[in-house]
Amino acid sequence: MSIAARFQLRYPQFTLDVDLELPGRGVTALFGASGSGKTTLLRCIAGLERAAEGRLRVKGETWQDENTFLPTHRRPLGYVFQEASLFPHLTARGNLEYGRRRAAEPLERARLDHVIELLGIGALLERHPDQLSGGERQRVAIARALALKPRLLLMDEPLAALDLKRKQEILPYLERLHDELDIPVLYVTHSPDEVARLADHLVLLEDGRALASGPLTSMLARLDLPIALGADAGVVLETRVGALEPDWHLMRLDFPGGGLWSREQGLPLGHKARVRILARDVSLATEPPGPSSIQNVLQGQLDALADEEHPATLLARVRVGEALLLARVTKRAASQLALAPGQPVWVQIKSVALLDAS
Amino acid sequence: MSAADWQALVTTLQLAAVTTLVLLLLGTPLAWWLARTRSRAAVIIEAVVALPLVLPPTVLGFYMLVALGPHGPIGGTLQAMGLPHLAFTFTGLVVASTLYSLPFMVQPLKDAFAAVGERMLDVASTLRASPLDRFFSLVVPLSRRGFLTALTLTFAHTVGEFGVVLMVGGNIPGETRVLSIAIYDHAEALDYASAHVLAGGLLAASFLLLLTIYMVNRRYRMIHL
Repeated sequence: MSIAARFQLRYPQFTLDVDLELPGRGVTALFGASGSGKTTLLRCIAGLERAAEGRLRVKGETWQDENTFLPTHRRPLGYVFQEASLFPHLTARGNLEYGRRRAAEPLERARLDHVIELLGIGALLERHPDQLSGGERQRVAIARALALKPRLLLMDEPLAALDLKRKQEILPYLERLHDELDIPVLYVTHSPDEVARLADHLVLLEDGRALASGPLTSMLARLDLPIALGADAGVVLETRVGALEPDWHLMRLDFPGGGLWSREQGLPLGHKARVRILARDVSLATEPPGPSSIQNVLQGQLDALADEEHPATLLARVRVGEALLLARVTKRAASQLALAPGQPVWVQIKSVALLDAS
Repeated sequence: MSAADWQALVTTLQLAAVTTLVLLLLGTPLAWWLARTRSRAAVIIEAVVALPLVLPPTVLGFYMLVALGPHGPIGGTLQAMGLPHLAFTFTGLVVASTLYSLPFMVQPLKDAFAAVGERMLDVASTLRASPLDRFFSLVVPLSRRGFLTALTLTFAHTVGEFGVVLMVGGNIPGETRVLSIAIYDHAEALDYASAHVLAGGLLAASFLLLLTIYMVNRRYRMIHL
């Protein structure tokens, strides 16, 4: 854990009170409803908001404590704002250079060129912001933040102001950044889809407080948290392509615990892929199931059961190897099968959603 | 145009140029403060800045004359320090004009600064720009039209002032005799021909100045500003 953030900030209508330890690498999603304090927390970390009581250490450096308050322009961070934030009097290139010229140790030219290529903005550099689409502007803004070679990247709902089509246009770029750049990212969002696709670590915020914080995979498998990532409960698994069956157009996605057959998407062997398995697509059996059209059957151990909102169903958590899966079962089924924690079960998975094919 | 009229023209341009420069230096920080402050005192300052818009120039001129003269707080202090007082001097005119034209510099700048918006400043600070750097690299270019308007209005307004000049400066050729006073003198002496030359020239020059500014401002808007 290399980011330690503690802030107390009181406004007439709102209080932020958090004490967090966050990992120094990967994408940490700050997730919560609007008004939960996500953006305020990010602004505190950036120094744009000055919390009366605040302590912030980033990778061994104190940015704020009782005696210190590093002003924003002296913090080695990059910030991507929610809405258009490009300077209108400068071209896209001028915007990139604005921060780069001022950074003590800017991104090397070759790596900047790589970022420009990664974000697909090479052809846009001589244009002014009003000649760019919303998605293009946001890509330039992301490149502008990366050009500073920040030691911490803060992103405040960078996709929120875009329509669905533009979101789909940018998400693959963000996934590529995630895979290729070694900068810790704090990513504010209220979109379950973005969390599932991008986050490694999840902080759940509600009414200015942090309800929970932990690795995404284990956070999603927690039964005691109301993490409705979308309409349905489900887990996310990090997998690699472990086998291909070209005759059947199938690939096997391996994770520590087993393999999942899925439709091939043109990914090579060994490629990383993140998948999401919804609880409603998982069923349980207490004996090895007979012949079935369901191709993905794994053996595991029932870990826990928890009530759901609807009185008819339960969420069952099953440990498969090192992974945890969630299954939705009716209470009647659980009773008839006499399901109890610790017992071996067979997990049948009807559908696996590939989240990133980058 | 007579030699005296040429002299009045030169005095007028000098006065307008110096006043505009002084106001640029004083008005910019004042406008910035007014655009950004949350202080309650700001409304009082704003009202004071706007006073010259509604006050008869003779009122302002009268108080300036008293203040700058040998017995006034400013002129008296200067004299006590062994310096000349400022009534009926060019310097006195500059001081009075600065006050008189203050709103013409401050209002457009304040509006332009306010339009830049908090977000842009936040963005610039996350791009490593210090407060002073933010002002010059971001606020000034984004407020170009505001500066152009403020400078033009201040200059033109100073060229056109009459009451304040008459009260504070009097009518000393080469020192405080400006065009508007010269026109008044010509009209008083029923020398309408000379008055026409100066008045018509001033009218045409003012119109051309404003026309140029508005055209430039429109072009700015078309090139991404």
